[in-house]
Amino acid sequence: MKVIIYDKPDKSEEEVAKAIQSKFPGTVEIVKITPRNIIMKVKREGFLDVCMYMKDEVSFEHNSCVTPVDYLDHFTVVYHISSYANHLMAEVLVDLPRDDPTVDSITPLWGGANWHEREAFDLMGVIFKGHPDLRRIMLPEEYQFHPLRKDFQVGRRV
Amino acid sequence: MSEEMWINMGPQHPMTHGLWNLRVRVDGETMTAAEPIVGYLHRGWEKMVENRTYPQIIPLADRLCYGSSFTWSHLYCLAAERVFNIEVPERAQYIRTACIEMQRISSHLMWLAAVGTDLGSYTILLYGMRERELFLDLMVELCGARMTYNYVRIGGVRNDTPPDFERNVTRVLDTFEPRIRDLEALCDECETFRMRTIDIGKINAADAMNLGLTGPSMRASGIDLDLRRHDPYEIYDELDFDVCTHTDGDCYARYRVRMDEMRESVKIIRQCLEKMPKGPTRVKVPRCPPKGTAVARVEDPRGESLMYMVSDGTDKPYRLKVRSPNYVNLSASPAMLLGNKISDVPAIMGVLDMCIGETDR
Amino acid sequence: METLYTVLQSLSEWLLGVIAWLIDWTRLGFLSGIADWVETEPVVTFLTTLLVAAIYFITLFMFGLCFIWMERKFMGRFMDRRGTQVGVLGFFQNFADGIKTMLKEHIIPKAADKGLFEMASFAIIATSAMLLGCIPLSPQFYVINVDLALLLGIAIFSFAPFGILIGGWSSNNKFSLIGGMRAAAQLIALEIPILMVVVSVVVMTGSLSFIGIVGWQQDNIWLAFPLFIGLITFFVAAIGESERVPFDLPEAEAELVEGWQTEYGGFRWGLIMLSDYLRAYIMCALVTMLFLGGWDGPDFVWAEIWYLAKTFIVFFFFIWVRVAMVRIRTDQILTLGWRRLLPLSIVNLLIAIALKTAEVF
Repeated sequence: MKVIIYDKPDKSEEEVAKAIQSKFPGTVEIVKITPRNIIMKVKREGFLDVCMYMKDEVSFEHNSCVTPVDYLDHFTVVYHISSYANHLMAEVLVDLPRDDPTVDSITPLWGGANWHEREAFDLMGVIFKGHPDLRRIMLPEEYQFHPLRKDFQVGRRV
Repeated sequence: MSEEMWINMGPQHPMTHGLWNLRVRVDGETMTAAEPIVGYLHRGWEKMVENRTYPQIIPLADRLCYGSSFTWSHLYCLAAERVFNIEVPERAQYIRTACIEMQRISSHLMWLAAVGTDLGSYTILLYGMRERELFLDLMVELCGARMTYNYVRIGGVRNDTPPDFERNVTRVLDTFEPRIRDLEALCDECETFRMRTIDIGKINAADAMNLGLTGPSMRASGIDLDLRRHDPYEIYDELDFDVCTHTDGDCYARYRVRMDEMRESVKIIRQCLEKMPKGPTRVKVPRCPPKGTAVARVEDPRGESLMYMVSDGTDKPYRLKVRSPNYVNLSASPAMLLGNKISDVPAIMGVLDMCIGETDR
Repeated sequence: METLYTVLQSLSEWLLGVIAWLIDWTRLGFLSGIADWVETEPVVTFLTTLLVAAIYFITLFMFGLCFIWMERKFMGRFMDRRGTQVGVLGFFQNFADGIKTMLKEHIIPKAADKGLFEMASFAIIATSAMLLGCIPLSPQFYVINVDLALLLGIAIFSFAPFGILIGGWSSNNKFSLIGGMRAAAQLIALEIPILMVVVSVVVMTGSLSFIGIVGWQQDNIWLAFPLFIGLITFFVAAIGESERVPFDLPEAEAELVEGWQTEYGGFRWGLIMLSDYLRAYIMCALVTMLFLGGWDGPDFVWAEIWYLAKTFIVFFFFIWVRVAMVRIRTDQILTLGWRRLLPLSIVNLLIAIALKTAEVF
């Protein structure tokens, strides 16, 4: 077996961003490019296609984190997806309406997202379609609430 | 014993190193299914910090993991500094880097000690803990605490190094470096240790990458990736060090990677001490940061840890998400466990370096 | 020759004589029959046997405690610490532990099979105590000296897996069940090499009693020299038979909590632990008897001292192995037993037969 070495970045941030945007002009909006970091907004409808493209064509090998944020009028799910070969991390923001927090699961693409998505479901109530095993992970199964939502009041179970 | 049975290893079990539960289905002694269950130690950390001001969170971040508390408080301060948009004085960066590496060594030593008990050798435990004490003493000298340091501040470190600190660190490193050989002799030259770790808990590079394995466990599978080099923070881009890798992807490879990492850490600390400039160690920081988000990720002793911070312009963070390396490594553990014997559970889970404080948060 | 029996026989004759004189002194006519009976042969023999057993048991019990103490202190030194510090050189730790276990509540799990649960612990302790009687300290200091003492000892020794299996089964706990199964498998796997080595010793010496075996060695040569392979095989198998690291799978702490003794607590556990050490003592004693010439040694101290010194040195090697090794796996121990030790013991037996036929000794 050989060691897989990532010593020099394959593509620069701009190239990666351009590649993704030109492939999905309507769905992807590049917000900001900083060294080793790309922030982009993706519409929820085409999100899974963008992810597949990122994994297969632009070599984003690793899902670092899935973070749901409650902005009161909407949810934003932030995916940190890193590319080992390009030495960068993409921050993919997906806005979800508050009354229907549903988004496609990326667990089939990156197995590492499994527990992150379960946690997001558990604590924030975001539902991931296509997740193999969407159960509560931190809190007991029978709980009815999602404590990290901003309308959850500490000390009172709503 | 012909039928399969489910065994609950945990939440109270000597193997678990904390509160978690590993349900395994065994056929005789071979595991046919495994399901880690976490959440027994969930403290609502992320909710808790939404009600604390920025400086108040530093001690809380320390308590994410008792084994490597410095890296966690440092990671928090790194994320906060990116939200506040401040530059840290150079001397503080050097001190931080040296401390992170000392923390990495002491965390790895504690890991070695835990692996020793898991495999049934108290000698490894006591020798590992003895060497760790050297570094804890250094940290006591620096900030007065043995495990939860509360030393990093947003915009620097709490205090400058005490007089003679550099000399003491050099002395400790000189003592410690030959002792790595002793520790290796204790493990490598023990036939039973190799019997228990070689070819146990194998995972190949593709699986490791897909399952989100990071840190030494991933590097042991033959992926040459270290955030200290690939996404440098502090002053790592100015330092000269190697990324330790191994290709076998079994428990022994993970053990080798960590032992080699300790040597590299010693090298890094020496370079930090050599290059450390004079100057201030802390800058003034406003009470409230501007609106915005920031992300910081570092190479924790256990893997890639990440913090994502959302600020709404008040003195409390709007949202702070922690990516714990262990959380993901644990979710990947069934892939390593299946097909092994039940006696291999402590070996595999011990070598993963469990820390439930950061896993459950 | 003055043996323990003859000394104690004259003591008990004197004691019973005193009692008979006291009864006569009362001048109560109806008691004179009892006074005569007290001085008869069966009563004297009975009292002598009782005294011998008591003295022997207390002596060996103290050696068991010494073994525990020795293990604590030596392990401490091996691990670069001081070991226990209670009382004189830490020896009172044993008494503290004994008092603690005695004062603890006796708990039987609700779902356990009560009768078997109790019986199993007593079976193990009783067989361990019985074994002590088979092994003489010197030609003078013994409880029984039958021609088949060696065979008797081995037979009693192999009763233990039965008790362990029953204990593990009746606890109604998955961990203890697995531990019991492992213990049975391991003890049976290692029993055969042990027996083969014993057979080779018998072939060489032509005797099945310990006194005969040691006598042969006094006349000719310590068997450790011609049967070196046998010594090594026996030593490894002896560590396994006494369930010590690296072969302590039945109580593998990391994965099986405490193995088959998980549910035992308080005084039952204390006795089981003591019997563990007694069995370790017996194994050391066998190594001494069969290979190291038993009580053979220069004549300036008692034979018992030579015997004990050798036994303690063998136990020192047991401790050494314990601190240097990690625990091995069940399948590996079976592989070791069947595929390494068994061929070695057969080779050893062939050597013994060859030496005997060539009439070297």
